[in-house]
Amino acid sequence: MAYSDKVIDHYEHPRNVGALDKDDHAVGTGLVGAPACGDVMKLQIKVSAEGIIEDAKFKTFGCGSAIASSSLVTEWVKGKTLDEAASIKNTDIAHELALPPVKIHCSVLAEDAIKAAIADYKKKSG
Amino acid sequence: MQMTALGKTTRPSLPRAPGAPVYLDYQATTPCDPRVVEVMLPWFTEKFGNPHSRNHRYGWEAEEAVEKAREQVADIIGADAKEVIFTSGATESNNLALKGVAHFYREKKNHIVTVVTEHKCVLDTCRYLEQEGFSVTYLPVRSDGLIDLGELEAAITDKTVIVSVMAVNNEIGVIQPLAEIGAICRKKGAFFHTDCAQAVGKIPLDVNAMNIDLMSISGHKLYGPKGIGALYVRRRPRVRLVPLITGGGQERGMRSGTLATPLCVGFGEACAIAKAEMAAENERLLGLRNRLLGGLKQRLPEIYLNGDLESRIPGNLNISFAFVEGEGLMMGVKELAVSSGSACTSASLEPSYVLRALGVDVEMAHTSLRLGLGRFTTAEDIEFAIDHIADAVEHLRAMSPLWDMHLEGVDIKSIEWAEH
Repeated sequence: MAYSDKVIDHYEHPRNVGALDKDDHAVGTGLVGAPACGDVMKLQIKVSAEGIIEDAKFKTFGCGSAIASSSLVTEWVKGKTLDEAASIKNTDIAHELALPPVKIHCSVLAEDAIKAAIADYKKKSG
Repeated sequence: MQMTALGKTTRPSLPRAPGAPVYLDYQATTPCDPRVVEVMLPWFTEKFGNPHSRNHRYGWEAEEAVEKAREQVADIIGADAKEVIFTSGATESNNLALKGVAHFYREKKNHIVTVVTEHKCVLDTCRYLEQEGFSVTYLPVRSDGLIDLGELEAAITDKTVIVSVMAVNNEIGVIQPLAEIGAICRKKGAFFHTDCAQAVGKIPLDVNAMNIDLMSISGHKLYGPKGIGALYVRRRPRVRLVPLITGGGQERGMRSGTLATPLCVGFGEACAIAKAEMAAENERLLGLRNRLLGGLKQRLPEIYLNGDLESRIPGNLNISFAFVEGEGLMMGVKELAVSSGSACTSASLEPSYVLRALGVDVEMAHTSLRLGLGRFTTAEDIEFAIDHIADAVEHLRAMSPLWDMHLEGVDIKSIEWAEH
């Protein structure tokens, strides 16, 4: 199966790989997927006092499309409000990366990761 | 270069197209050996006769060529040429062996024994026969990939018509104990069929010493052309079968259709070369494989070999690179042509059923790569592969949340994952 140029670009030059301090109150962490299913994404966001996502980091275990999906969303969420970030749809991710039907679940997982990270941040900031 | 019994130089090199990846997928297919192609060529053009034409020289010379090829195929498995039926490949041979024998003896016997790690074409044919009313026992394998001979013996009943056990597994390269299996089948009165697609030319085979009644062979797995294979069918004691393809009665009525002379000739030559060079080639491949495994282990912690190392063909490794997903890894080793047991590489969402049958965890099955070495693999290829794979694994582990957890001492099995 051939990958799109954008998937290859994100795979070879992943944006924002890394970790933020999960104990920091300004950081929300989302961990989604399962090793048994072949993909796990960890997405972290750092939220400013004004409610803007000022930093995002990811780590992903998965295929090229899963890595690309998570790399892409770290770029997209930066600078957005929590509501704006929560409105990112898996279809937007799939469209941007030209994912084939068998890889749509990678984009679904990336959307879930954003929502999980936001939920974690909201829970911590209470 | 050293001379062989065939009077030709050994192991010609096969130049790679510029920019083409290093080929390490020899269990998927092999290139035609240039020596094979050379002997095939005249049979496409000036010697184009139908080997079944009895009336003129075109037919006679084609028939002679086909019969010589039949002898070459028979020779590598210790059979008589009369016992070799040409087919389109091992899938057809497996179908013919199982359906043909089951159908012929269906009035007396209705039970088949096979193994869970067989190739899909054996398993799917067994499923088909189950739908027709046959009962099938699927033997499990141990964690090393080999069957338990006691379980095999216990599974064979007086209703068992045929036992089908592959010689060499296509994913993990392990060699089943054929002679022992053959002895059990003979004692219990069941025919022994073995899918030898991955075995012929790789390990010594003797249909008589091993009590093999039917054997499937593939041309393109041993540096012959694609589109041809053979089924060995024992004559004494005679094995009978109902043909899948009826027509002009070629191949002793077991497989009608005009034989493809060039393919037969190439397949025969491939067998002759493989037989002449097997011992030396196996030694060379073993050296390369040991270097590959050793080199990877030296660079990478947390890698695991799937399947037994000792009872294994020299040209195969199947390794799980923990915490790195297989398809992601294949994308990272794009300078290599390899395959993975990861679910993502197949249409189904299940990882390799072969690795699962060994008891490999689903998580680990997702991280596996199959590395297949063969006749045109060089020491330089292996050094390149070690560096390329190790670099990619290190890169992907640095990106893997599971690797972080491993380093922090978190057992990933202790986490409640939301399976999707």
